[in-house]
Amino acid sequence: MTERSVSFTLNGEQREAKVDPRTHLGDFLRHSLGLTGTHLGCEHGVCGACTVIVDGAPVRSCLMLAVQIEGSVVETVEGLGNPDSLSTLQQAFVTNHGLQCGFCTPGMLMTLEAYLRSTPMPTERDVRIAISGNICRCTGYEGIVQAALDVAATRADRT
Amino acid sequence: MKASPFQYHRPQTREELGALLTRLDNAKILAGGQSLMPMMNLRVIAPDHLIDINRIPELAGIRETAAGIEIGAMTRQTDVLSSETVRSRLPLLARALEHVGHIQTRARGTIGGSCCHLDPSAEQPAVSAAFDAEFIVSGPNGRHVIPASAWFEGLLQSALGEQEYLEALRFKPWANGHGYGFAEYARRHGDFAVAGGIALLEGDRDGRITRAALLSFGVESSPRRLTEAEGALLGQHVDNLDIEPVIEAARSLEAMEDAHVTAGYRRHLAGVLIGRALKEACATLERQS
Ligand SMILES: Cc1cc2nc3c(=O)[nH]c(=O)nc-3n(C[C@@H](O)[C@H](O)[C@H](O)COP(=O)(O)OP(=O)(O)OC[C@H]3O[C@@H](n4cnc5c(N)ncnc54)[C@H](O)[C@@H]3O)c2cc1C
Ligand code: FES
Ligand code: FES
Repeated sequence: MTERSVSFTLNGEQREAKVDPRTHLGDFLRHSLGLTGTHLGCEHGVCGACTVIVDGAPVRSCLMLAVQIEGSVVETVEGLGNPDSLSTLQQAFVTNHGLQCGFCTPGMLMTLEAYLRSTPMPTERDVRIAISGNICRCTGYEGIVQAALDVAATRADRT
Repeated sequence: MKASPFQYHRPQTREELGALLTRLDNAKILAGGQSLMPMMNLRVIAPDHLIDINRIPELAGIRETAAGIEIGAMTRQTDVLSSETVRSRLPLLARALEHVGHIQTRARGTIGGSCCHLDPSAEQPAVSAAFDAEFIVSGPNGRHVIPASAWFEGLLQSALGEQEYLEALRFKPWANGHGYGFAEYARRHGDFAVAGGIALLEGDRDGRITRAALLSFGVESSPRRLTEAEGALLGQHVDNLDIEPVIEAARSLEAMEDAHVTAGYRRHLAGVLIGRALKEACATLERQS
């Protein structure tokens, strides 16, 4: 099928690429761009591992086509921080043991990153509802929820 | 887990969309993709043409007109949920949307997509049926309006014709201070409901019911109004409602059965949930003084 060109911003950088229309955004990020931080679990919308941020909103990258990001601003886990300087949220996951195998982690991080931008002072219940679309099969949710609450508390202290 | 090949189209106007729908065979409209993309990834369906309506600005947005509140089909569930107009004039819709999927699915999913897909457990079509909403449809023969009573043709089947598309939904808000109640049971927050109940009430100064809508969803293949039970509520006092016949009406529906849930359990839930929804509607109904 005819390839289409897309131009978009990825983690702050202007990018252009050619895509096959049937390629979903998750595969495009991983296979075409080599950004394997975004994980694909179920590829039909139920696990949340593939969550990335598009135009400020957390979305499932397995349910969006790569051609649809034309003109959009895309953020992936690679844009949050790096091993030498983790983002506040990433550091809070480490401190609170918010991960074990790490499979769900990119999706959890991107969901919470977007969520905390729009809801800086959530309650514990709010956080649990915010990550209700992300499944973790090994850590349990306690550490993840605590990490989000810690970040919110730190930010509240600063202001 | 990849969709099979298709040709991708991205119309910018309603006219272009109409022309594509008339011209192309085996075409599917792509709205939020939160139901369609899973089906394509799993290859349950394999359209030859995908028509992406995400870039048609006229299809999204919420407007108050003399005829009611019009919500464009392409309006995202997140935007419906956070709309001041919806929260103040159609509080039931906002209440129900909190149960629709998760923040990620609501960021893409649309009210029109849900009302075209017609999962029997879907909240937005259920609310539309409770309000007797109007479905504004466009096609080769122009624009026409389909009432909620004719929209639902069965499991995953709306009254929309092959070459038609849903443009908007129109809701007529109930009186200010009307009562509304919503209850559903799902196995996890944001999952599709096993069953649910909806109630809307208007009352007079003395607290007597003057208007009622009662509905069960997720029980039969389409949302089901409990018309007789609605009629029986009229004239009753809100503090002293006879709720039993309402619960009994929901419990007597022809419930669906699946691998997880027996028909008997669904009927039981239908009764419990319509009871809860009705109690909530009584509690939210404001007394005019
Ligand atoms: C994890 C998960 C949980 C979910 N939980 C719920 C839930 O609790 N409750 C619930 O109701 N839904 C739920 N959903 C589905 C919901 O998110 C979808 O948004 C909705 O069912 C379809 O809307 P859409 O905009 O995504 O439509 P799409 O998936 O793009 O389209 C759905 C169908 O409608 C057609 N269509 C779309 N728009 C139009 C139009 N304007 N005119 C004509 N045809 C059109 C398409 O061709 C397709 O056949 C869930 C989905 C996921 C992935
Ligand atoms: S891989 Fe996208 S939700 Fe599971
Ligand atoms: S850390 Fe293993 S699935 Fe969440």
